[in-house]
Amino acid sequence: MLIVRIEPREFDTTSTQGARAHLRVLGLAAVVPLLVSLLLGGLIFLSNGIPPLHGLHAFFIAPLSDRLGLTELLVKAAPLALIACGLLFVFRANVWNIGAEGQFILGAIGATGTALFLVPQDSPFCLPALFLGGVIAGAAWAGVVAWLRAHLRVNEILCSLMLVYVAQLLLHWLVQSPWRDPQGYNFPETALFESSLMLPILVERTRLHLGVLFVVPAVALTWLLLNRSLFGLAISVAGRAPRAARFAGFSQKRIIWMTLLVSGGFAGLAGAVEVVGLTGQLVPRISPGYGFTAIIVAFLGGLHPLGVVAAALLVALTYLGGEAAQVTTQLPYAAAGIFQGLLLFSVLAFGFFSRHRVRFTRAVQRPAGQVLQASANLPANPSANSSTNPRVDL
Amino acid sequence: MLEISWLAIALTIAAASTPLLLAAAGELVVERAGVLNLGLEGMMLMGAVIGFIVKVESGSWFVACLAAACVGALFSQAFAFFVLTLRANQVAAGLALTILGGGLAAVLGAGYVGVSLAPMPRIPVVGSELHPWLGLLEHSPLFWLGLLVVVGVQWFLFHSRAGLVLRAVGDSHDSAHALGYSVLKVRALAIAFGGAMAGLGGAYLSLVHTPLWSEGMTAGRGWIALALVVFAFWRPWRLLFGTFFFASVTILEIYAQGFSLAVPPQFFAMLPYLATIAILVFLSSAYWRGRSDAPAALGKTFAPPY
Amino acid sequence: MEVCGCVFVTCACFMATFDVSPLLEIRAISKRFGDLTANDAISLTLRRGEIHALIGENGAGKSTLMQILYGRITPDAGEILLEGKPLAAGTAAARAAGITMVFQQFVLFEALTGLENLRLGLGNGMKPRALRDKALAFAERYGFWVELDRRVSELSAGEHQRLEVLRCIMQEPKVLIMDEPTSVLTPQEADGLFETIRLLARNGTGIVYISHKLREIRALCERATVLRRGRVVARPDPQKTELDAMARAMLGDDAVALADLAETEDKATGTLSAVPSVPTMPSVLPPRETTRLFVEGLTLPSVHRQGVGLSDISFSVAAGEIFGIAGIAGNGQNTLLEALTGERLLPHGQEQAIRLQGRAVGQLGVLARRRLGLATVPEDRHGHGAVGDLTLKENILLTSTHVTHGEDALVRRFACSGGWLRLRRAGMVAEQVLARFAIQGAEARGPDTLARKLSGGNLQRFIVGRGLLHAPDLLLVLQPTWGVDAHAAARIHQALREAAERGAGVLLISQDLDELLALSHRIAVLARGQLSRPFICADFKDSPAGKSELRHALGLLMTGLGGTSTNPDREKVL
Repeated sequence: MLIVRIEPREFDTTSTQGARAHLRVLGLAAVVPLLVSLLLGGLIFLSNGIPPLHGLHAFFIAPLSDRLGLTELLVKAAPLALIACGLLFVFRANVWNIGAEGQFILGAIGATGTALFLVPQDSPFCLPALFLGGVIAGAAWAGVVAWLRAHLRVNEILCSLMLVYVAQLLLHWLVQSPWRDPQGYNFPETALFESSLMLPILVERTRLHLGVLFVVPAVALTWLLLNRSLFGLAISVAGRAPRAARFAGFSQKRIIWMTLLVSGGFAGLAGAVEVVGLTGQLVPRISPGYGFTAIIVAFLGGLHPLGVVAAALLVALTYLGGEAAQVTTQLPYAAAGIFQGLLLFSVLAFGFFSRHRVRFTRAVQRPAGQVLQASANLPANPSANSSTNPRVDL
Repeated sequence: MLEISWLAIALTIAAASTPLLLAAAGELVVERAGVLNLGLEGMMLMGAVIGFIVKVESGSWFVACLAAACVGALFSQAFAFFVLTLRANQVAAGLALTILGGGLAAVLGAGYVGVSLAPMPRIPVVGSELHPWLGLLEHSPLFWLGLLVVVGVQWFLFHSRAGLVLRAVGDSHDSAHALGYSVLKVRALAIAFGGAMAGLGGAYLSLVHTPLWSEGMTAGRGWIALALVVFAFWRPWRLLFGTFFFASVTILEIYAQGFSLAVPPQFFAMLPYLATIAILVFLSSAYWRGRSDAPAALGKTFAPPY
Repeated sequence: MEVCGCVFVTCACFMATFDVSPLLEIRAISKRFGDLTANDAISLTLRRGEIHALIGENGAGKSTLMQILYGRITPDAGEILLEGKPLAAGTAAARAAGITMVFQQFVLFEALTGLENLRLGLGNGMKPRALRDKALAFAERYGFWVELDRRVSELSAGEHQRLEVLRCIMQEPKVLIMDEPTSVLTPQEADGLFETIRLLARNGTGIVYISHKLREIRALCERATVLRRGRVVARPDPQKTELDAMARAMLGDDAVALADLAETEDKATGTLSAVPSVPTMPSVLPPRETTRLFVEGLTLPSVHRQGVGLSDISFSVAAGEIFGIAGIAGNGQNTLLEALTGERLLPHGQEQAIRLQGRAVGQLGVLARRRLGLATVPEDRHGHGAVGDLTLKENILLTSTHVTHGEDALVRRFACSGGWLRLRRAGMVAEQVLARFAIQGAEARGPDTLARKLSGGNLQRFIVGRGLLHAPDLLLVLQPTWGVDAHAAARIHQALREAAERGAGVLLISQDLDELLALSHRIAVLARGQLSRPFICADFKDSPAGKSELRHALGLLMTGLGGTSTNPDREKVL
């Protein structure tokens, strides 16, 4: 009988040999699931009567062949990276905010509301005020979740998600009734902002705007806070071992509040940037699901700020590919979801194969000599390894 | 006649609750086995699109429902593979399943948008011409299947040995493993059942509820079904109340739009989601929390000792 | 029933005398976990009706060997024969062949009833009613009684144990493995268990009894196998071998080092005090000048519905004193610990119930109490006292935020009070702890080692070391040597004594009576949330009889029969 054995794999990264082996395995574990998901994607193209290579080319390569495509990639990656940065805080704290979509929408609403009603047009502070409006609205929407989670102990997965639907309906109502542009020929849109309330365009005849650069300080700040501050340590501890957090005196409630507010604030900022930098008005489809896709980005980036940037670019490509494929291969735009789902599954597989080795053995009893070649290192206390904490195990 | 109209409304509501009931009953079994499958929405969409396609192509209602259930079960095994074999985080894998399912269903159903179907025939009730009340009992077979599933799950969990093993696995996978039960096998089967039920629930939407296919037609019902399991405290018969309540909130929205009230329709559309949150808040009070039967191993990854 | 039992016993004896082939043969079992050789060609034979002791320190390979025998772990080499036939792989096969195991950590389902647990333990599809009758019959035959219709989460530790044992013996096993079965029992409950075990053996069951309590082994077992670092090092006859000799076999080279350690810590006796079976008692009660901790009328319900809360607890810990609280886990220890550390705050109006250094702290949080000089070593190393996935220097920060006192300048200044971390200084402090407590396993990466890479004993030493960093005035310790090797245990005990000598009050909560008797100046018993009056150990010091008298009295209180219990009839002793 063939027996499959799964064993933990650990590397002694202090030696160059071990570090090299570690890198090799990491590389393999990253490439193989990616190839598998490309293969599956190709099969789906094939089943729709599209030659797989043609489909993949249209999806992943063609969009990047010109300047416009490249700038569009950045324009789409920026909100993803911003939201994902915020999600790092909650996910590391084991708080499952999956309602970033709603917080993003609220950010857009907040920025628009500030622009329409609150700021005088010619003030030098009006642009920052728009972003502040977006951040506050996004954080407030997440604050509802925080309040429900921290004080009433309601499951944050479900209530953050329910608030997404509420946010969408709120947006629809706003653009259809009270905020609709009176001169807008009855389209469900708000009036366009004054040009002084828009972010400047960086590259002529593209949509690349200044807001894309917000990602740089956001990533830096996220890294610093997560790795070098007491807040970051408290998040790590609370996410991995809630009892240890209580023992250390880190208040669970405060961590829930802070992480959710930060994550909502980042999502709100992304929503504001989208309105102020790109559309210049509030439209019903302000988000093509950025808030959900950012969850994939956060995981794909290994819950690390720099990883998030790379992941955001990759996932933004699936959006461009979805748009391109809609034109060239007549696939629905939602096909992007296939690749996003496959990517997320690849990350999960990557996490497993980089941490475990799978061995096929034929018999239980074998000469001892063979066994001694096994090089898998195990921690001295197996109990620590088999402990089941609900943390993100990637 | 007034009584009949109330009864008619109640039965309409009950019929509208069927997809929630099916999906939630399946998820309840999955969670009782200690697995949190957040991919309900994706599995429902897959079931909806496949059921619709198979009905259009084959013309058989039975084959369509069977196909929807099978696709749901098969699709759920992708989740099972990642969560059980690869020990992936259940929340992340469930989200991946939802996103993947939404995308796949959209692509598969792209050619069927706008195709319309006659709704599924109802099971005739003998003697329905004698009394109008009996006529109200005529419903699609899936409606009765939904009720049957709840009864079946209740019996299975609390009166069969296999159900006992399943609850044991959900309570402590380490103990179950130590006693020689195959935790992964039990969980994989439970996940497959949950997938099949979600597929059927999706098929109800595309075959009975609104007999047509549109992208994202589940509109968050998968997530509400998840909340319903919490609402039911992981006890099957209580699902009946929960689904009825949520379906009535949805129906209220339709009726309210008919009355053309001053309140914008979007606010009525928010009701099911707000009601979900309200119910979760209500149940989170200390009194109810103590009476909940949440499986102890819910959401935890099982790694057998090597 | 009695007649039946007699006939049964006679038959079994008859069989035992005529059948000389071994019941179970373990042949050259080897198992490696990476660099660690858990089992190195271990062989062992078990006869019918034999109680065979498997002795060894934590980490010697006992549990691995038994998990292999029970089919939970597949060995790398070697084979197992049951009645001459090789045993197939897997737990299910082992159980079908007649091997069962009573685990140290109970294998029970908390949410299910006792009867449902029994049903799960017995592979066949017996109807619940027939099963209940069978269970009652077995319980009667072996002279004990368990609750079958209540959820397991509502039962006490002793009842858990009985349920577990009942489930095993109802399978009428050929081989029964018992892994440290007395660790959660009072001495009286343990005696009851021994009777059951002897009866089982008389009926022909072969029993492998794992323990490091040599006294128990002497009372119970005919043969013994001693493991050290994965190898068989001795097969003494427990009836004839001196306890000391067995301890030396068990500890090997460590015994010498431990003897040195013991000498420094207890010059008066010079015995091997680190070996749990040979406790020494502190001789004098320190003067009670300064009270470090004063608890009066502390009443607090448990956070869990079935958990045990505290009712009207009063005690005090003086400077320089080690105050022991004995009791089986689950009798309110966790509630007490949470109330004392500040993880749980007392309700308004009760802040006077806990006074630290003379200040009412019932409403103060963890950080404020830490600033007042409280340090804690919790029971659970992984996930409570330390976080396995964080490095040692990050772990050292857990108990150091907002604290500014300590022995030297570095310790006083490495901790932060919000804002940015001082990681380099934290690393230097972690380095100090590693060196001072001779912690092994962190040589390669020093303070950047992940906490989970340390063995249990080393991590526990690290946690104790961290607790002593800021020169605490009150040290709160829960089960400090649970699952820790003898060397680490000795180090930890020494550290606790030193802390007390330096003037700290030490509150030691433990279920290990040997440990308590070796360290404490006074001992009280926590049973069902109530605390007994303290015994002054020096009063019992003079004679060996006094010592066993104290042990007996404490044991009675732990069972809840010592007069403090409101309803002594509820708990039947095994």
